[in-house]
Amino acid sequence: MMEESDIAVPTGPEPLHATRNACKVCAPLGASMVFKGIRGCLPFLHGSQGCATYIRRYMISHFREPVDIASSSFTEEDAIFGGSKNFMAGVENAIRQYEPEMIGVATTCLSETIGENMIAMIRDTQAMLGQSGKTPLVHVSTPSYSGSHSEGFHAAVKAVVKHFASADAPEPDAPFVNIMPGMVSCADLRHLREIAGLFGLRAVMLPDYSETLEGESWAGYHRLSPGGTGIEEIVSSAKARGSIEMSHTLTMGGGAGEYLSKTFSVPLSSIGMPIGVRASDSLMAAFASVSGNPTPQILLSERGRLLDAYVDAHKYIAGKRAIVVGDPDFSIALAGFLAEIGIKPVLVACGTNPKNWKGLLAAELGSMEGVTAMPDSDHHRLGLAAKELKADLILGTSKAAPLSRELGIPLVRVGFPIHDRFGAQRQLYSGYRGTQQLFDRIVNSIMEAKQNASPIGYSYI
Amino acid sequence: MGMEPKGDRMSGENDIAILEGRKGQVWEKGSGASFVCDKASLSGSVTQRACAFCGSRVVLYPIADAVHLVHGPIGCAAYNWDIRGALSSGPQMHRNSFSTDLAEREVIFGGEKKLAAALDELIAAYRPKAAFVYSTCIVGLIGDDVAAICKTASARHGIPVIQVDSPGFKGTKKLGYQAACDSISKLIGTGDTSKIGPLSINLLGEFNIAGEAWMIREYFEKIGIEVVSTMTGDGRVDDIRRAHGAKLNLVQCSGSMTALAKKMEADHGIPFKRVSFFGMEDTAKAIYDTADYFGDESVKARAAELVKAEIAALMPQIKEYRKKLKGRRAALYVGGAFKALSLVTALRVLGMQTVLAGTQTGNADDYAALREICDPGTVIVDDSNPLELAKFVIEKNVDLFIGGVKERPIAFKLGVAFCDHNHERKIPLAGFKGMLNFAEEVASSVLSPVWSLVPRRAMAPREARS
Repeated sequence: MMEESDIAVPTGPEPLHATRNACKVCAPLGASMVFKGIRGCLPFLHGSQGCATYIRRYMISHFREPVDIASSSFTEEDAIFGGSKNFMAGVENAIRQYEPEMIGVATTCLSETIGENMIAMIRDTQAMLGQSGKTPLVHVSTPSYSGSHSEGFHAAVKAVVKHFASADAPEPDAPFVNIMPGMVSCADLRHLREIAGLFGLRAVMLPDYSETLEGESWAGYHRLSPGGTGIEEIVSSAKARGSIEMSHTLTMGGGAGEYLSKTFSVPLSSIGMPIGVRASDSLMAAFASVSGNPTPQILLSERGRLLDAYVDAHKYIAGKRAIVVGDPDFSIALAGFLAEIGIKPVLVACGTNPKNWKGLLAAELGSMEGVTAMPDSDHHRLGLAAKELKADLILGTSKAAPLSRELGIPLVRVGFPIHDRFGAQRQLYSGYRGTQQLFDRIVNSIMEAKQNASPIGYSYI
Repeated sequence: MGMEPKGDRMSGENDIAILEGRKGQVWEKGSGASFVCDKASLSGSVTQRACAFCGSRVVLYPIADAVHLVHGPIGCAAYNWDIRGALSSGPQMHRNSFSTDLAEREVIFGGEKKLAAALDELIAAYRPKAAFVYSTCIVGLIGDDVAAICKTASARHGIPVIQVDSPGFKGTKKLGYQAACDSISKLIGTGDTSKIGPLSINLLGEFNIAGEAWMIREYFEKIGIEVVSTMTGDGRVDDIRRAHGAKLNLVQCSGSMTALAKKMEADHGIPFKRVSFFGMEDTAKAIYDTADYFGDESVKARAAELVKAEIAALMPQIKEYRKKLKGRRAALYVGGAFKALSLVTALRVLGMQTVLAGTQTGNADDYAALREICDPGTVIVDDSNPLELAKFVIEKNVDLFIGGVKERPIAFKLGVAFCDHNHERKIPLAGFKGMLNFAEEVASSVLSPVWSLVPRRAMAPREARS
C-alpha cells in the first residue's frame, strides 16, 4: 500500500496487532440504523457526543438524509461518577425537542466499561419525567468493543421485538408476516414488502428505514423523518403467521426470529440473504410456506428472465475470480451468488468473527476448494492476501476503493457504506429482481474492464 | 395507520421551540439580549459538535509522514478513515486508519500489550518520522499507561512516539484541539533552524484541504517570504521540528491553533497574527499584514503587485456572479467564528446577505466581531442543532446554506441550495482562486433549475416571497 518498507513485519503476516483500514464500524451504528427504521423513533447514544456525531455523518454520507441521533454528552465527571444525570436531562431535552413515539437507547464502549445500569437508569428517568415518561425507552447493549455494526443491528432488532411483542396484541384481521431482512438497502426493504404483498401477506418489517432513510423532498421540516414500522405493528409481531429472518449468522440462533418462535410460537423461516436464484428460491419457499400460496407468476417471470440472463452472460464471466468483502451475512450471500453464476469467490472476508462464520460460508459454497475465508479481517490483510490471487474484481464497499486501485481491478460497490458513488440506498440486491440488477452490474464491470484494457477500444462485444 | 404519529408532524416556522438551556446561545441582532457561548453541549440537544478525540484527530490528521494510531475500540478510527480532503505532496500514511481495535478481553485485562505490539508492527512496516497515539474514551478507564508505552516505543525505535490525550468525554472538539497542540509542541524546538532566513513564517491552522496550503504558500513565496512549516496541512514531522526558527506565526483556524501560537510565543518568542484566507478581502489583508509586519520595502511592493494582479484577474468574473446572486439570503454554520466572519464578508462581495450565522465552537471575542458585522435581524447561534437550524432556515427564508455534511440534508430537504465548506470538501476555497471557486460553488447550487420543482419552493414561488 503506502510506502511499505522492505523490512519484515516482526510478527509475520498473521495475526497482526493493529487493525489497518477496517472493514467494520462499531455496534452503536447498527443499532442506530434499526432505530431509524421505527416510526417516530429517535436514536439516543449513552456516551460521549462524538459517537453520535461520527455515526450521523457516516450514515448521512451514505443515505443523504437527515439522521438525528441524540447523545447524553458525557463529561469527565460522568466518566468517573456515572452518566445518569446527563442521561435524564438528555432524554428530557430529546423528548421536548422531538416529541418522539419512542427513544432507542444504545450504549457505547464508555457507558458499558463503567458499568452503567441502564435498566435502573431508564426506570428512574421515566419516573422523573411523569407524563412524558410514558415515551418508551428501549435499551440495547452495544459496547463498541464487541462485534461490529452488524452484531449491533441484530441485537437492536431483538431488543425492540423483546420490548414490544405481546401475546395481548389484538387478533389480526388478515394474515401477516414478520420480516427481519438484516442490514439491507432501502430498495431491498421496499421490494421485500412488495413480494410479501404478492403472496397476499401484509409485512411487518423489523426494521423499515426505506422511507426514513430515502425520503421524498419535503414541503416543511419534519422533526423525525416520516416512515418506519409502527410500534403497534411490533407489538403485533407475536401474532404473525410466520417470521422470515434473512441472516446466515442468525441461523445459528440468537435473533429476534428465534425469540418470537420460542416465546410466542411464531413459526420461523431462517434463511440467508436472498441474493441469487437458489437463495431467492428459498425466500419464495418461505413466503409460500407462511402464506399457503404458490409463488406468483410475476415473480416466476422475473426468475425466468434472470435465468435467461445467466445463460446470455455466462461466457463473459466464466472462470473470473472475485474478492468479496462485506458484513458477515452479506459476504456469505454474495459468495454463494458468485459461485452460482460461475465466478470463483477466491477470497471472502468480513471485519468480525461471528460464531461458525467459516462453516456457514462453506455450507453456502458446498466446497471451499480455492476459497480463502478471512473473518476478522481488515483491508490491509485483504490486500496482502489478494496479492497472489490474480483476482478480476472486488465486491465491497467504498472502503475497498484504495484496494481496487492498488490491484488495478474493478470494484463493484455493494452494501454499506458507499460514500463515493450516488444512489446506494436505491441499489437493489434481494430476490430475482435484485439479483438481476447486481448480476448486470457485475457483468458490465467485467466487460468494461476488458474494453478499457483493449489496445483498440472496440465498441461491440 | 391509527394514531397520528407525532414525530411525523411538519414544522412551520414557529413550531420548533428553543430548549430552555440553550436560549442564551441564540441571539438576534437588534434584540438587545445578551449572548452566551463556550459552554458544554446540552445533552439530548443533538449538537452538531463532535468530541475531543475528533478535535485532536482533525488537527493532526494531515501530518503525512507520521503513523496515527487510535488506541480504543474500532469505531473511533473507522469513522474518520480517509474522509478529509487534506492533501499531501508526498507520503500518504495519514490516509490510513490504524486502530488497536480493542476487544472485550483487552477491556478486562488491559490494552497495553496490544498497543505496544501494534506500535512495533506499524513503525517497522511504515518507518514513519513520528507516531501519534490517540487515547479514546475507555483507555484511561481500563488503566492503560499510554505515556509509558509511548516512551518505551520511542526509545526502541528512535522516533518521537507521542500520546494525544483526547478521550471523547473530555469535552468538545476544542479540548481535542488543545490536546493536539500539546502533542505538536513536543516536536517543536527539536530541529535545526540554521538555514531559516529572517523573512519567514509558519502557517498555523491551515490544513491543505484540496491543496489550499499550496496556494497560500505560493503567494508568500512570490513576495519573498519563506514558509517554514504548515501546521498541519501537507505536514511533515521534520518541518514541525524546526518551526521555532520562523519569525512569525500566521494563525488561520484560530480555534484550533491559537493555543499553539501562544505557546510558541512564550517558549520561542515568536509573535503571531490572526489571518484568514477565505474571501479576497481577507486574503489581501493577510498578505498585506504579513508584508507590513516584516516592513521590507521590496516585500511590500511585491505584495501590492500580487494582490492587484490577482484581484484584477478575479473581478470581472466575480461581477458576473454578483449579478446573478445579488439579494439572495445565506445561512452559515461552520466550526469557528473567525471563519464565519470571513464568509459573511465573502458573501457580501457576491451581493448576498447573511441572515443566519452559527458556529460549533466560536469564542466570545470572535462572536463579538461577528455580531458587529452582521446586518440587523441576523440570527447568531452557538452550538446549534438540526431543528434550530431548520427553524431559522424557514423563518429567515434562506436561499443558500453553507456548512458541512451534517447540515447538508437540512438544506436539501427544504429545497435550499448548499455549499460544503468543511474538511471533506474537494474544492479549494481559500485564497483568490478559492474566492472564484466559492462563487462558482454557490452559484452552481443557488441557480440550479431543480429548485423550481421541489415542493417547498414550488408552493412558494420566489416572487411571492419577500
